[in-house]
Amino acid sequence: MEAAAITATAKTQAPPPAWRANLATIAALTARAKNELVRVPGAAIPGVLAPTIFFLGLNGVFGALTQLQGFETGSYESFIVPVSMLQGAGFTGAAAGVNLARDYEGGWVDRLLVSPAPRWVLLAGNVLAASARSLIPATFVLGIAFAIGAEWPGLDGLVICYLMVAATAAAAACWGSMLALHFKSQSAAPLMQAGTMALILFTPAYAPLALLQPWLEKVANVNPLTQVLEAARQGFVGSVTWADTWPGIVALAGLLALLGSLALREMRRTNV
Amino acid sequence: MSELTRSGRVVRALGARSIRQTFRRPQLLAPIVVFPTLLLAIQTGGAGASIELPGFPPVQSFLQFMLAGSMMQSMMLAGNSGGIAFAVDIEMGFTDRLFAAPIPRFAIVLGRLAGTAALGLFASLWFLAIGLIFGAHIEGGVPGALLAILLVTASALAVGGIGAAIALRTGSASVVQGLFPLVLVVLFLSSAFFPQELMIEPAKTIAEYNPLSFIVEGVREPIISGIDATHTLEAVAAILGIVVLGLVLSSRALRHRLRVG
Repeated sequence: MEAAAITATAKTQAPPPAWRANLATIAALTARAKNELVRVPGAAIPGVLAPTIFFLGLNGVFGALTQLQGFETGSYESFIVPVSMLQGAGFTGAAAGVNLARDYEGGWVDRLLVSPAPRWVLLAGNVLAASARSLIPATFVLGIAFAIGAEWPGLDGLVICYLMVAATAAAAACWGSMLALHFKSQSAAPLMQAGTMALILFTPAYAPLALLQPWLEKVANVNPLTQVLEAARQGFVGSVTWADTWPGIVALAGLLALLGSLALREMRRTNV
Repeated sequence: MSELTRSGRVVRALGARSIRQTFRRPQLLAPIVVFPTLLLAIQTGGAGASIELPGFPPVQSFLQFMLAGSMMQSMMLAGNSGGIAFAVDIEMGFTDRLFAAPIPRFAIVLGRLAGTAALGLFASLWFLAIGLIFGAHIEGGVPGALLAILLVTASALAVGGIGAAIALRTGSASVVQGLFPLVLVVLFLSSAFFPQELMIEPAKTIAEYNPLSFIVEGVREPIISGIDATHTLEAVAAILGIVVLGLVLSSRALRHRLRVG
């Protein structure tokens, strides 16, 4: 009788399956990042402000480029807005790396590393939070773009653009996390930001591929973010096609696999 | 030892310290060198075809046109970085120790500004070297290059004065760091990156009255066509205006800092 009761108690107190515990950990880490956003709203301002300033600045400065022969649209704001949205994603991802470095300096990462949660779960929490946060600057920039005359990309174009933004932020967060865990210091912040900024801007960001200088055209052709930008931009400058979408998805999947594995490798090498 | 010599030695020592500080901390050096160089490459490669636009001033290449803008960007960010480093010194109590030392107070600010000016000099040399390596001509020759270097260095000193004033007033590195986006706004609303006539409204009108546009044109003219007295004088006047503003703000902020401790 007593043995049966013990067995029943053990059954009710059995730990949840690993996948459920992992999901709960990811959700908790994502919620922590969300709390930070709610408690320190000012922290989100630089991530929103920088791409907005770049968007308005580039539009005001380089708007006349649409007069060049070969430009695919007459609206520079429509052409440049996906760049600024991706830039916001890049900044947000890099900020996730800076936050992780700050957490490391403060001893929080050490406490996470001694927990029974797998390393990939700890990384996923940080990356998914960055992915969700990237929607804030993207939406802000997009709202301003619409207010000054950017064209409606269509629902499909908008959804693809947001998917590209969220996935780019995840890739940038992997990059930032990798550097944060390697250098274990917030001093690596410029490297995190410069890396994402270079990757996003060494693309047909300012003008179509055919109008770029030959050296940049070559770089842009091998830069995976070019495919991502073309996929995010397609609805703003024309119609949405599968041919313009799948290369972006493949490029981001590749980037996420590569940067995710590198970040995970750094996390596994991090000793408490 | 005369008072002036002693002050000069303090300024030199503090200036050297601030330069060493910048080169030792990547987070201070990156905005001055890495970001403007990256943007120069991206804008030159991305918007290089713009020199074919009707109304674009005659230039050898877009790189030649952009050099002045990149120097301005680097110089502005050097001023901002100088302000951040000064605020860090205040936060850490280093400035308080200097205030207690038997040295003139203005030498403390001048020391920081000397360091910022040296970074402006470094920025102008860096971008002139990049321009020359990648084939840009300096139409004004050696005198033109020297004039550009002089104007950028003086501008860094002027902008550094405003950064130092804000650092003294607030005593907070994060507040000075928060001015970074403002630096970008001022740059975009000037003719640093594109001819003002070809900019889109309202940026075009604002750029027409932005003092930075006058400085940029003063630096650009010797690079793209040769030394021009009007542009040079306008640039000098704009720099003097910023110097006066920086001096007034710095002296007020210094008094405030001495009062609050």
